[in-house]
Amino acid sequence: MRDSALPAGVERRAFDGTARLATRGPPVYGEPTDGEWRAWDPTRSKLGGMLEGGVETGLTGGETVLYLGAAAGTTVSHVADFAGPTYAVEFAPRPARELVAAAEPRERLFPLLKDARRPTTYAHVVESNVDVIVQDVATRGQAAVANRNATFLADDGRLVLAIKARSEDVTADPETVYADVLAELETTYEVLETTPLDRFHADHLGVVATPR
Amino acid sequence: MTDTDETTETDPPAAVSGAGDGDGGWFVGLAGDADPEGDAERVQTGSAAAPRDWPSIAVDEGVVDSRATYYDRLHAATTAATRSAVRERERADDQQLVHAVRAMDDCEQLANELAERVAAWAGSRFPSSSPGIAGARALADEAQTDEAQTDEERTDELDRRVVSLATRVAELADERDALETTIERTAPAVAPNLAAMAGATLAARLIALAGGLESLAKKPAGTVQVLGAEDALFAHLAGRAPSPKHGVIYTHEFVRGTRPDDRGSAARALAGKLALAARVDHYAGTYRASLHDDLRERMATIRARADGNGETDGGDGTDGTDGTDGTDGTDGETRGGNDA
Repeated sequence: MRDSALPAGVERRAFDGTARLATRGPPVYGEPTDGEWRAWDPTRSKLGGMLEGGVETGLTGGETVLYLGAAAGTTVSHVADFAGPTYAVEFAPRPARELVAAAEPRERLFPLLKDARRPTTYAHVVESNVDVIVQDVATRGQAAVANRNATFLADDGRLVLAIKARSEDVTADPETVYADVLAELETTYEVLETTPLDRFHADHLGVVATPR
Repeated sequence: MTDTDETTETDPPAAVSGAGDGDGGWFVGLAGDADPEGDAERVQTGSAAAPRDWPSIAVDEGVVDSRATYYDRLHAATTAATRSAVRERERADDQQLVHAVRAMDDCEQLANELAERVAAWAGSRFPSSSPGIAGARALADEAQTDEAQTDEERTDELDRRVVSLATRVAELADERDALETTIERTAPAVAPNLAAMAGATLAARLIALAGGLESLAKKPAGTVQVLGAEDALFAHLAGRAPSPKHGVIYTHEFVRGTRPDDRGSAARALAGKLALAARVDHYAGTYRASLHDDLRERMATIRARADGNGETDGGDGTDGTDGTDGTDGTDGETRGGNDA
């Protein structure tokens, strides 16, 4: 039942005797490899954690993806391995250096040094009607970022979001933060599923939503 | 950090096609021939009110002959644009200062740690050895000067390893000092007011903690005051501790050299002026004397409070730097009463 949620191109394969998620592509961050397959570490990747937990992300393989908060490319490199054209937006120069290195051998991964809070600065590059937006930004106002970027998403597209409670307010109770973010999100999106990611990432909530 | 929210949620969708400033795709205005530099330039500096189906538009307008070619060209353009933008942002002078101060701290920490190891080891082999970096340096120097007898006496492999390790410690300590000299030379050029007010090293540390001169310039004085005391601050916000009075600015003479009862006020006054200095440095970049006079005046007022009790306790350094996170309970309780 769980593996039905996995996109094409993501498989469970045995690494040192344990079944782990894996995609096909050049290694990026020293992960274990098996031939051309490389393990996807759910503790380092929120999307990996969601797939490992059996969330229906709407990712099927081959789709167009906009990834907000790509950081050093750990997760987005796996996404580009199984998806189609993948736009990776990251704001900080230091991790973006590694993102460029991960993008180099991946012909359909497009790195962009841009601020996800200002979509107009990359709307001339990222195409409209993308199938999936994956968002993992460590900033206050995560719902606002998602709402502003809804302009890129197809009507039947999916937003896959990891809410980082600590980025909104370090002192507040994570549950309160989730409720606030979800309420703001509901102005633009219809939330389909929420899953706590605590097994792999403390104080993170995984959300799948679709535009209203 | 660009906090200005000039983009609103209600960007209207572009009604007209391709042409015109700000509404076209990154490829508009570029000929069909591959032009890597022009492509990268447009990717990095361009903008559009709303996204459109750029791959199809590019094909329709004859810029590229197929979607595959479009994506190939986009890949070349985005990787080139991002690579050069990263290089440019990282090469900025304040970022170099950040790297230098972090490298200096790493060298110092490593040298101290290795010096302890050398002391522990050397003590078992050389009766005259002494602890710390000075001890390691003495051991390394000694081995170098009496090279003549080295051959006979130091043929023991273990002795040679200990001396070699001691030499590394001395070299690391030298590197640390060289980095400090570099910081002292470059900081005034990057942030003249901040460096003059805080000293080169503290100025560099503040910039490093904020992530850059621009981010520091955008921080309120209250944040500058507790930069480097994050543990204590979050403990306070969670209701477990008194508020920290100072972060790394504790190392400044104005704070450390003020009697404990007045350190909160001193830290607040200093942080206020440091925040202003960072703003002048980032937005104007020229030295402003009045800023420094104001601070000296204010510090004199604060320190005058102690006159009734005689001298201030001076910067004798006996407190060490462990006070930086401001967890000293008694200070926290008394500070409210001193606020003017």
